[in-house]
Amino acid sequence: MLDEAWILSPSVALRPEPFGALAYHFGNRKLTFLKRPELVAVVRALGEQPDVRSALIAAGVPDAQHAAYADALAGLARTDMIRPRSEGVAA
Amino acid sequence: MTIAPERPITGTLVEQFELGLDAPICLTWELTYACNLECAHCLSSSGRRDPRELSTEQCEAVIDELQRMQVFYVNIGGGEPTIRPDFWHLLQYAVDHQVGVKFSTNGVRLTPERAQFLTSPACAGYVDVQISLDGATAEVNDYVRGPGSYDMALTALANLQDAGFEDAKISVVCTRQNIGQLDEFKALADRFGATLRLTRLRPSGRGADVWDELHPLPEQQRELYDWLMAHGEGVLTGDSFFHLAAFGEPLPGLNLCGAGRVVCLIDPIGDVYACPFAIHDNFLAGNLLADGGFQSVWQTSELFQDLRSPQTGGACAKCTFYDTCRGGCMAAKFFTGLPLDGPDPECVQGYGETALTQLSLAGDRMIPAASQDHSKANPTRNQPVMLTLGRRPELLTVPTSPPVSACAENPLAGFTPTSS
Repeated sequence: MLDEAWILSPSVALRPEPFGALAYHFGNRKLTFLKRPELVAVVRALGEQPDVRSALIAAGVPDAQHAAYADALAGLARTDMIRPRSEGVAA
Repeated sequence: MTIAPERPITGTLVEQFELGLDAPICLTWELTYACNLECAHCLSSSGRRDPRELSTEQCEAVIDELQRMQVFYVNIGGGEPTIRPDFWHLLQYAVDHQVGVKFSTNGVRLTPERAQFLTSPACAGYVDVQISLDGATAEVNDYVRGPGSYDMALTALANLQDAGFEDAKISVVCTRQNIGQLDEFKALADRFGATLRLTRLRPSGRGADVWDELHPLPEQQRELYDWLMAHGEGVLTGDSFFHLAAFGEPLPGLNLCGAGRVVCLIDPIGDVYACPFAIHDNFLAGNLLADGGFQSVWQTSELFQDLRSPQTGGACAKCTFYDTCRGGCMAAKFFTGLPLDGPDPECVQGYGETALTQLSLAGDRMIPAASQDHSKANPTRNQPVMLTLGRRPELLTVPTSPPVSACAENPLAGFTPTSS
């Protein structure tokens, strides 16, 4: 996943909260909590960076934590909070 | 000089929720106190419309504000919300402003045409419908909700199903009389392609009058807990049974009291209360017309600040189960006359019952008087008549002599003085 291009789903809104953010999917109506501000920064950066790894670096996540963040992102992908981005549609 | 302690950014989600959020997750908005029914256990003592009810324009302004605050959906109730003439307009207005709607109704206005509207692209799949039903049979349901209310609810469910509306909810308040019908409720939901939603009977509003008669008995609490553990995934509970977590394993969902932290209630006149079960002056945070809008009330009211500050477990803190039940439901304690830092009246470890008995014996059990009541002043044909035929309980009234006439029962009948 780290070398792939991903993006926040267009149907998802992020609501900032003291602990991170609430992610709400207007399509499937799933509500998810992003429990770390760093994860919110990563999710927001996905669309602006060529791949997941670059988004992690841009958000200041240390290398040692990249695998753990990839797991968290995979969890978000399961409910379509984020989705793979096809080439040429970078936001 | 004192500096406000900085909010920790780590900790579990529950710990974070206890400190409050910038906007509620689960907001209930009662659009009207008017109702065609007069359910015996109505949380909001509904019946008559309040003349100060928010106008259509004021409701639209509330929706605009919810959109700005990113409150993604709102639970609309009442009273019976659909008898507001502008209900369908407000529903559409909310959906068009990215505020999803889940509304509770007794079904009175859910005609085939309305069911079709709810299924149509106009609602964008962004509307949930909850039909209230408190018995799986007419006999059990109509006893508390009034004659004809069972048929009305089933007609509404059939209309939704015929229109192709997917996944309606059947919303049940669990009582002493219907706990034995859980499987029947599930079958009913399956029959209509609906999802079952079970919630807790609260001693709020008119519920205070019937709580002693209707709240589930201790062994029924266990029955409910076991049933939820077995069927939990397919059944919604609105996280309302977190006091049952002290039986052992917590039930799915957030096991905490969200009042003023992630939950609140806007009432028909714009008063903001800590939770839908706490319509009482003690839990009134402010009014969105008088106090600068909903956001201002949510974020700055003194009451909500207080509810978000660390709570002491009081008498419960030393209980081994405190971490699972967190002391139970604030409203249930308040309206049964228990202290807010004490046990829940339905504490499954039995501490609530003990506390209630102790208070009663000491003559200290004070049930708080209602702050407001929109019940109809005179009985109507829809009013439930909670009477059953039975024998006179043998404990009561053993008169020492027959009454002198049919209407002259001895006022001291059954009173046995004790010597001291």
